[in-house]
Amino acid sequence: MLRWILGSREAQSSLEKSSVLCIGEEQPQNCFTELQVLKGHFDIVRFLVQIDDFRCASAGDDGLVLVWNIETGEKLLELRGHSQQITAITTFKCNNALMTQTMLITASSDRSLSLWDPDTGNRVQTISDLHSPVKCLLVLERLCLWLSGGEELCVWNQDFQLQCHQPNPSDTGITALIELPKNCLAAAMDKEIVIYRITVSADTVVCLTEMQRLSDHRDQIRALINVNDNMFASGSHVGELILWDAIDWNILAYEHILWEESQSASEIRMGSSKPSEMSIQHLCSNGKLILAAVGSGLYVYSVLTKTVLAYRKVAHDSNVLHTMLLSDSELISCSEDGSVRMWEIQDLPLPAEPASAGFFGMLTFGRSSKHSGPPSKKVLDVSNLKMLELIGDLIGHSGAVQMFVSFKENGLVTCSTDHLLILWKNGERQSHLRSLTLFQKLEENGGL
Amino acid sequence: MIGSPDVVAFTKEDDYGQPNPEPWPPIPEEFSIPLYPPADSNPWAKTSYAKFTKDFILISEFSEQVGPQPLLTIPDEPKVCGTFDLNYFSLRIMSVDYQASFVGHPPGSGYPRLSFVEDSRVVLGDSKEGAFAYVHHLTLYDLEARGFVRPFCMAYISADERKIMLQFQELSLRFSQASECLKAGNRRAFAKELQRKLQDLEYTHSVLQREEGLQREADPQTRYSAHAVEKANELANVEKSIYEHRDLLKQITSYHGRPRRDPHAAMCHKCMSECLAECEDLLEKFSKLAGPLGCIGKGERGEGEIQSEDEAGEGEMEDDEDGVKRRPSYTPQLIRAKSAKCFDKRLKTLQELCDETFYEASMELLKETERGFRGDLCYLYTRRLDRSLRRKQKVTNFLFEEEVCEDNDDEITIRPFCPVNHSVELHTLLKPPHIVLAPEPLEDATEPFSEMSHTLDSELGLGESHLESSPSDQTLETQDSSEGTKCSYSSGTNMTKQQDQQHNLDSVISEAPDPDSDVTPDHERESSSEDMETTAGDDDGDHTPVSLLEHNGECEDTPLEVCESDLLLPIDTACCMSQDGFLYEDLAADTADESDHNSKIQPPQTLVVNQEPQALHLLQDHYTVGSLSESPAAGLELPVGQNADSISHVSVEEGSDCTMSASTGSDRALSPFGYGAVVTLRQRRKAGQGALRFVRQYPFAIQALWCLLSGRTLVVLGEDEGRVRKLVAALALFVPGPGKSAERIQAWMSCPFSLSDIYRWKLIGLQRVSSPVGSSLLYSLSRYSRYISILDIDQKTLRCPPYRGQLLSNIADHRTYIRRGSSYFLHLQSVLCRLAAKAFLLTFTHHLHLPVSLEEGPEVVKGRRLCFLQEQLGLDEDDNEILLYLSQLITQQYLQPPSESTAPPCFSFKYTTSDLYKI
Repeated sequence: MLRWILGSREAQSSLEKSSVLCIGEEQPQNCFTELQVLKGHFDIVRFLVQIDDFRCASAGDDGLVLVWNIETGEKLLELRGHSQQITAITTFKCNNALMTQTMLITASSDRSLSLWDPDTGNRVQTISDLHSPVKCLLVLERLCLWLSGGEELCVWNQDFQLQCHQPNPSDTGITALIELPKNCLAAAMDKEIVIYRITVSADTVVCLTEMQRLSDHRDQIRALINVNDNMFASGSHVGELILWDAIDWNILAYEHILWEESQSASEIRMGSSKPSEMSIQHLCSNGKLILAAVGSGLYVYSVLTKTVLAYRKVAHDSNVLHTMLLSDSELISCSEDGSVRMWEIQDLPLPAEPASAGFFGMLTFGRSSKHSGPPSKKVLDVSNLKMLELIGDLIGHSGAVQMFVSFKENGLVTCSTDHLLILWKNGERQSHLRSLTLFQKLEENGGL
Repeated sequence: MIGSPDVVAFTKEDDYGQPNPEPWPPIPEEFSIPLYPPADSNPWAKTSYAKFTKDFILISEFSEQVGPQPLLTIPDEPKVCGTFDLNYFSLRIMSVDYQASFVGHPPGSGYPRLSFVEDSRVVLGDSKEGAFAYVHHLTLYDLEARGFVRPFCMAYISADERKIMLQFQELSLRFSQASECLKAGNRRAFAKELQRKLQDLEYTHSVLQREEGLQREADPQTRYSAHAVEKANELANVEKSIYEHRDLLKQITSYHGRPRRDPHAAMCHKCMSECLAECEDLLEKFSKLAGPLGCIGKGERGEGEIQSEDEAGEGEMEDDEDGVKRRPSYTPQLIRAKSAKCFDKRLKTLQELCDETFYEASMELLKETERGFRGDLCYLYTRRLDRSLRRKQKVTNFLFEEEVCEDNDDEITIRPFCPVNHSVELHTLLKPPHIVLAPEPLEDATEPFSEMSHTLDSELGLGESHLESSPSDQTLETQDSSEGTKCSYSSGTNMTKQQDQQHNLDSVISEAPDPDSDVTPDHERESSSEDMETTAGDDDGDHTPVSLLEHNGECEDTPLEVCESDLLLPIDTACCMSQDGFLYEDLAADTADESDHNSKIQPPQTLVVNQEPQALHLLQDHYTVGSLSESPAAGLELPVGQNADSISHVSVEEGSDCTMSASTGSDRALSPFGYGAVVTLRQRRKAGQGALRFVRQYPFAIQALWCLLSGRTLVVLGEDEGRVRKLVAALALFVPGPGKSAERIQAWMSCPFSLSDIYRWKLIGLQRVSSPVGSSLLYSLSRYSRYISILDIDQKTLRCPPYRGQLLSNIADHRTYIRRGSSYFLHLQSVLCRLAAKAFLLTFTHHLHLPVSLEEGPEVVKGRRLCFLQEQLGLDEDDNEILLYLSQLITQQYLQPPSESTAPPCFSFKYTTSDLYKI
């Protein structure tokens, strides 16, 4: 288990903060120079799902599911049916005779589940009168099954028939579900991660067996993600980040993220800071890196070296709600403060550079005075540490940005508590596309 | 009768070679009462002679009882004509009636003939009164009038001689329409009157016959008594009268079949045919009645027949004949042998003479004419030029121009007028007359003229030989008049008009098959008219399509037309009459030639790049402002043919010329004398004043304007609503594509705004409040500060990105010499139009957006675009943004006008730092 505790950062955090706020209006690296505001929701928009390359579905507290064409910004469909807020949404690939069709499964507080066809807007299947609202959904494409988690865990087949049903022993219910190898799945329940195994017998009777309970977290588990085939990760409310082996469910690494200075390296001081400041709101991974949204900060952890790669304690003015790794060096985060920020993981400037002397000096000072670890280790640490540099921010929403979905070069969709979706695009690319269409139309019309 | 007759017709020595120093023909030497004060004084002062304040239309009649008398004026306000003596002027205008009204019994005909008189058009000036008038004479029929005719005239009276002279064509066209309308109504009324009279006569006749019969039965001996003879005479008189009236009816019916000389005499076909059918009905009915001798004792029955037929006939008649419908059972009255004395009877009013509907319609037409000609010449000209140019730039109009409605007034009134709105079926619009430009001979403007006069010279050389025969022929033949000499002016102008219109109004619905059919067969004339007819008639359909290519072609016409009208002036009256045919024909050929060349230069469709630049080139040149330092053509080194080059050269000169005059003209339009503009235009002018004040007041105005033009939302922050609103109205001029009803401008709001507000509105007036609302408002201001520029009018600061370009220094110079808002407005419009043209070019030039070859990456294309902007258009980096924004708007508009699109609009922005500017 590797523990990494930040040293005294008072001076630096203020420096950080000011640098965050002063990104300014000149953002040459920010390519999102065009936006479209997509209106349609009447309440907080919480979820975004990418359907295919050009479509995206949004869902929120108004119970509406809207399908958007993100190339034009047009609203394609309104899927009405749920009477209360949507609590979970996922895509579901139906394998019909010849083709695979992407469908949408939604779960709502009205204790119903629906299957939608995003091409026609039809509500293909509905299940209502569930015992409790569903909080999370998981599709097992390989098995053509899907699961709904809430106070109970249910397994459904493609035709919305209940296959298996597991009443939940804990009070809080399942908050997250992920798929693990060997027909296993992990469900986050309060402080525990429960591993289940699905067995499909010959007569297609599905059986759900509890395999193990992992109770290493000291507080509520907020995030649970797959990292790669061999690992999955979970994050808790108090800033514990645990990397698990996906096969035998052992702890591979334990990281306790504490922004505050701790007196002793071995001691983990939980009371020193407010839990919300270190709460891991969101985790994401690209297999090599794990990006954790910790309070209003960001934390990049390398899976390979099992070390922290870069961090920024105050990345936003308020809690970070959603993050995404665009590549090995670029990431995006959105926050309750209404902004979306783009970051780049940059190498620290060379020590010889005079500009960085202050930062290094401080780091060295903190380390030499406080830390008792082996120096060789520290050197390695420092050499691995990179900077998280703000390269742009997107300001448009007037409320918390709940989530975003990236369509690569086609743009970025953000949704927010201000009932809006904003489609951010690369202005240059769009103008190029428009020119293309223009000349196409000219050709079709045979001149002006 | 004519006291000091400075009848100013088109008179000029025939020295075509040298450019005419005076643009309009001077008054002959012998009448040289100095009209104007010395030349160096205020050019507008010349109108101060007039005793009336603005132009008006006067309708007068030559009453057989009291002589010339004014009937009404349009507008119908006493203050319009002020102290101007209408009676005197009526006398003047009625005294120049050159209509060949011929009445009475022509030799060889037993019955009185109706004279079919063509309208005559005269320009008349009265230096003493300071009044000039376009006078349009027309003759209406009245059964009770002497010779059945009532001479009327409509006059457009203005203090500006040039206005009359140069707008002659259009005035003539519009008045002809009104006249045609009146006449059409009059024919109906006349036919009805005849019908009534005939019924009376028939009745009288039957009564007389019965009386005679009774008398004969009672006392056959008294056949030769004095009383009986008297009765017999009376009967004979009545019979004769019946024949006469029947003949009149026949004549009026034949009216429609008559070949018309007047090219303007285009009437609604349906009205025509209806009226014709009606008359024929009547004719048939009355000829069907048994001859007077045959209806002995049948009086009662005959009367009944008449009535029933009458009623039946009316059932078929259309609704607008309320007058007749209301009293369907007209009871014939006995006609006394002796008619009332001429001076006792009350003459019918103009309203009674014409069918009510037609009268109203023609009054409406005249009112519209009056409205359309308000303002001085420069103003009229600019407006029209502006409109015609705008019609050609449909793609970019939305940017800075107010909406040109499809059916704008030019075309509405110029289509064959129909008072009962049959026009729906007649979609062929007449082409409005060409813009008549004041030929102001600027020193630098001689080139185009000389070029044109070259062609003219050669044409005239050919034409001269045919001169002699024509004038007399025409006056005599066409006017059927013995007063040949007197006719010369009017007929001359008539013919000018005719020829010209033949050339111009390609799709005239002409009821006359051949205007020259009854003219002496003059070879040249015949052929020329034939030629014209072929050009006019064959390609009727050619004028409907609105492809841009044609527009481009037409675009080039404009300067030519201008010259054309210039050339009209220096021609001697005598020459006019005969030579116009050649002149215009040749010019037409010339123009056609030009456009041929142009179409060669612009291969249709295949090369977008090639054709567009030229269109731009021209357009841009049209709007060149003389004060611009750079040469307008210099910026564009695009491949244009030699011909096109020369044309554009012409238009450069013309363009600069007209814009200059435009600005002065508009000044005038704002002065108390000048009046009348579209309301929106007036508002925009007023905004021009505000904009000018803004530019002069704030040294950082240029930055603010740049923000607006490059699509960055500008927030005008202030406490006082009035000031903010005013400033917003002023700055609205600079908002590209403001929308039909300024959807992109929010004049005043006081609540915090959201992102969608910023991109829905490009210009926002915002209330500064010191309350919690205010703080949240300031919060949203600072939050979205990257998207907006903030102009604080209380503290006089502007926060926006810095602008370093040159493009706007022309319109945002706070030391500008422009003093009047309206001048500034027009200056601004021209600059903006240039911008729009450049943006058009940028948008539709293929290689600036897409790779030419496969190897080229986006970087190459981008580089090429930048290079184009910088080197060919000569723009700075910041100016590029304006063009790119305009181009984006054009693209979006072209692809999908905002009204049709369901997708939310795109909002583009840039991440740049802002500076704070203070006074």
